[in-house]
Formats: sequence, C-alpha cells, structure tokens
Amino acid sequence: MYQVRMLKAGEQGLVVEFGDAIEPGVNALVHRLAKILMLGMPEHILEVVPTYRSLMVYFDPLTISRDELQQKIAESLARLGTTTAEDTVRIITIPVAYGGDFGPDLEFVASHNNLRPSEVIALHTSVPYLIYMLGFTPGFPYLGGMSERIAAPRLTTPRVRIPAGSVGIAGKQTGIYPIESPGGWQLIGRTPLTIFNPSGPTPFLFAAGDYLQFAAIDAEEFSTIKDQVASTSYVPSVRHATRAEA
Amino acid sequence: MCVILNPGIMSSIQDNGRMGYRAFGMPVSGVMDRYASTMANILAGNACGAAVVEMTLRGGRFSFPHEAYVAICGADMQARLNGKKVRNWSGFYVPAGSELAFGFALTGCRGYLAISGGILVPQVMGSRSTYLRAGIGGYHGRALQAGDVLEIARVAGLSFRSNELAHSAVPTYGNDLRLRVILGPQDDLFTEGAVATFLNSDYTVSARNDRMGYLLEGEILTHKVGPDIVSDALCPGAIQVPGSGMPIVMMADCQTTGGYAKIATVIGPDLAMLAQAKAGDRVSFVACRDADAVAARISELELYQIASSAHAAKNAQFRLMSKGIEHGID
Repeated sequence: MYQVRMLKAGEQGLVVEFGDAIEPGVNALVHRLAKILMLGMPEHILEVVPTYRSLMVYFDPLTISRDELQQKIAESLARLGTTTAEDTVRIITIPVAYGGDFGPDLEFVASHNNLRPSEVIALHTSVPYLIYMLGFTPGFPYLGGMSERIAAPRLTTPRVRIPAGSVGIAGKQTGIYPIESPGGWQLIGRTPLTIFNPSGPTPFLFAAGDYLQFAAIDAEEFSTIKDQVASTSYVPSVRHATRAEA
Repeated sequence: MCVILNPGIMSSIQDNGRMGYRAFGMPVSGVMDRYASTMANILAGNACGAAVVEMTLRGGRFSFPHEAYVAICGADMQARLNGKKVRNWSGFYVPAGSELAFGFALTGCRGYLAISGGILVPQVMGSRSTYLRAGIGGYHGRALQAGDVLEIARVAGLSFRSNELAHSAVPTYGNDLRLRVILGPQDDLFTEGAVATFLNSDYTVSARNDRMGYLLEGEILTHKVGPDIVSDALCPGAIQVPGSGMPIVMMADCQTTGGYAKIATVIGPDLAMLAQAKAGDRVSFVACRDADAVAARISELELYQIASSAHAAKNAQFRLMSKGIEHGID
C-alpha cells in the first residue's frame, strides 16, 4: 500500500504523492483526486497535473494558504476510497499503419525479439494501454501495459525529425509523437489521426487517465482516414468501460 | 502597425502564458520577466497581460508607419527613437513614420516593448504567447524575423506625454543575484551536505541558458541514491539536479513533467530577476517560507497598483487637456 505525502513545489505548488510505484490502481487514485479537487474548489485551484503516482496542485496562495489547502486535500483523501475497478474510463481507438515507411523499425523490433513483424503487430494491438500522464511534448502520452515480448532499446543515434503521429517503442514503453520532433524511439507505425490540434475546439485527442487501443490498418485505410481527418469528418471511436474491463 | 526591420538576437511575442493545459503536456510559456513586461503594459495603458515583444541580449529595429504609444522596460537596450535616446522604464509617443531601435543590453538580458492597444496576433489555446519548440502561438509560432508586420489594436486619442516609472519601482540588474527558494519537493533525496552546499555557495550562469531553463555551474550537489525519480510535474522556478550534480532552474518554456529530483523552487517574484541574468552572472540561493513568498507577491502587486494609479492620473490630466483644446479653452 502507498503512503500519501504532501510536498512543496514553490509557493503556488503542492504535490500529493501516492508512493513510488508505477501502477494503474495508484494512478487511478491520482485521477480521482484531480476530479474531486477541480470540482470542489475551482476558486482556489489554478490547474492540476496528474502524473504517474502524484498530483501537482497549482493554487492561488493569495486566496488560500497551504495549510488550509492541505486540510481540504486531507478531507478529500479520506473520501477517496481504495478500489477504482468500477471507475468509468474512456477507451479511444487509434488506427495505426504498421511497418514500411510508416514504421521503419518494425523489422528491427521483430528480429530483436525473435518474432515475425505480424506477431509484433498482434501483440501491440492486443490490449488497451493506460495513459498514465501526458508530458515531454504537448499531448505525448506515457503509456503503460505493453507486452515485454516486444520491448526494444532506443536508437543509438536519435532521429532529427520524426513525423507527427509516429508510434514507437523505447524499452518497455510505447507511445505516439503528437507533433513532429526529434526522438530516439524505435518507430513501428503511424496513425493518420491528429493527436494535437492547437487551433481546434478540443486541442487534444486524449487525456491522462484514458486508455488507447491501437488497431492495425493498411496504407489505403491510412490515406482514407487522413482525408477524413483533414475534412474534419472523421469521428474517433471512443467507448466507455469500467477500469476493470479496460 | 509595427514592421520588424531587424528582430535582434531572439525576439518573440509573449503574454502572461498559456494556462490550463499543463495536464496535457503543454508548457505555460509567456514572458520570462513578468515584472518588466507588466510595467511596460501599465506604462502603455494596456491590460497587464497584453502581448508584448520580448527581446533577448540585443534588441531589434522597429518601424511605425502610423502613430503609436509604446513603453519599454526590462534590460537597458539603449533605445533610440528616430536616433534620439529614449529612457528605459518609460512610455512615450511615437509619431507616424518613426523608427525605434534597440542595441545590446547594458544591464539585464531581456527587454520588453509594449504597444498601446496590444499586439494582435491570434490567440491559440487562450494565449498569444509563442511556444517556440512546438511552433505554437505568437507570430506564426516562431521568433520574429525582418519583414514581419505586427497588427496593433487602434487606440483613440493617444497621449503625447512621456510617462516614466517611479525610480523606486525600477529594479537594479546586478551580476550577483540572491534568489529566494522554497526547499522541495525532493530535497529529501539529496544528502544533508548537498542542501547546505546549495544554500551556501555561489553558482555561475552557464552559456546554456534559454527560455526553457538556466543551467548553473558550481559546487556539485550529491543525491543520496541517484538523480532519477518517477517522472512528476515540473513548474517554472523548479530546480532540477541531474546526474552531473549541477542545478538547472526551469523557466517559462519548461516541460510540464520531468524525471530528475528537484531540490527547491525559486519563488515567482524572484524568477523575474533570473530572467535578466546572463552567462557569467553569479547566483546564490536563500531558503524562505511560504509567507515570505506571498508577501513578495503582494509587494509586487502593490507596485503594479501604484504604477497603474499614477498612469491613470496622468492620462486623466491629458484627457482634460485635450478636452480643453477641443473646446477652445486652452
């Protein structure tokens, strides 16, 4: 079990830390607390940032003291509960074209693990992944739950430019590059979806606490979906489930 | 309208930052020196968070085809209007067809140019700030270049009077900074000796300093076990210490999460002073309590209040005068 600590991050920041483990149950509590605080005291809280096992609370020290805030958070923690299996979560389907130009490192990831490329794809699309947190670049998801059978080391020389939507593997982690950026992950595919659209009404396709389900598509489907995304007629597939089901 | 003839070393459009998206990994960005930019806006008669031009180390050259009223604050970049010296920390009238030129910063690092009415780049996710790394906001998501044209909101009845900030409200940018910090969130991951070293020795601003962070050099800070933590949230002012043992102070464009232990956080009001530091400047840290930081913030807000009132009084006088002219009294 975890032990909760409240830490100082400057006069405007308070970190609620639920131990050290990267674990879905702990992360679920972080998201639960985030919701309670944002709904409960929006007049004092500027922003909250959920991460793996802690919640950053940015507050206005001119309207509430740290002591008062800690007291309120302690009250919320008491109501938090411990079982999160029945929480409702979103599972968002991310279509991905694997291999070839879309995923130049698929062959490497396969041979590194003594698998065929098709087996890597099957394993990568076999379960939904929890978005523990977003960070690194706008919209970049830190995902958990990937099979260790498709783990692969980072590139020794990072690529200077990785196209937006690239799906990669680094160690035991998998993720998507929301914007074009440099990076050292092994690229196994690419999604035609726009992960981050700063000028859109909802700039981000997904949030921390959601689950992503990758689904294999071919090059033709990739370009069809890409066109639909461009004309804003594409509706991403989102289903709701309990955390236990996800 | 304001035309960029020369952008200087690195100039970008910034406001008070992009709030509310840090949970999505979106950095806040915004002005590095909140104090200087806010005073520039006050002297220009703008709302405190209006978009301004932030210039770094050497300012640019700007042409004004139409009349305007501008204010300059922050680093002293030896500004000249049509060749004539104009005072830093002041607002002044710019006749149509003028050229405003800045040089190297004599003191400080970042100069701010506020223009009455505000700079009308589109808002992206609620802010006009440029986040250079992702090419978002500001002027087409990038630093200013020669030939760029900034649209300015039209203001009726521009003042002709210069407007100078009270001397007592003008900060001194020395080469020796003492910054107040609140220890934590992970000061317990450092040896006791490291925390003492951090608070009792001088650091030097390295050449690796930019809108994302300031890497400092000096005594090594030793972690009890290692520098890595399970990644958590990161805010401007946070002092990360990677394996090198050298502290990095996070600044406006810093990432929202990070994986190194943070020994302390520079308080908001003092971060503006670091934004004016250059490579080679010396920095030391002193621990303070929440109450000290809140008191510093209240003092900062009081200075804005005093400057706003002074500006409003001057403006009212000007309005009275121009009314007099209209009615043929003067």
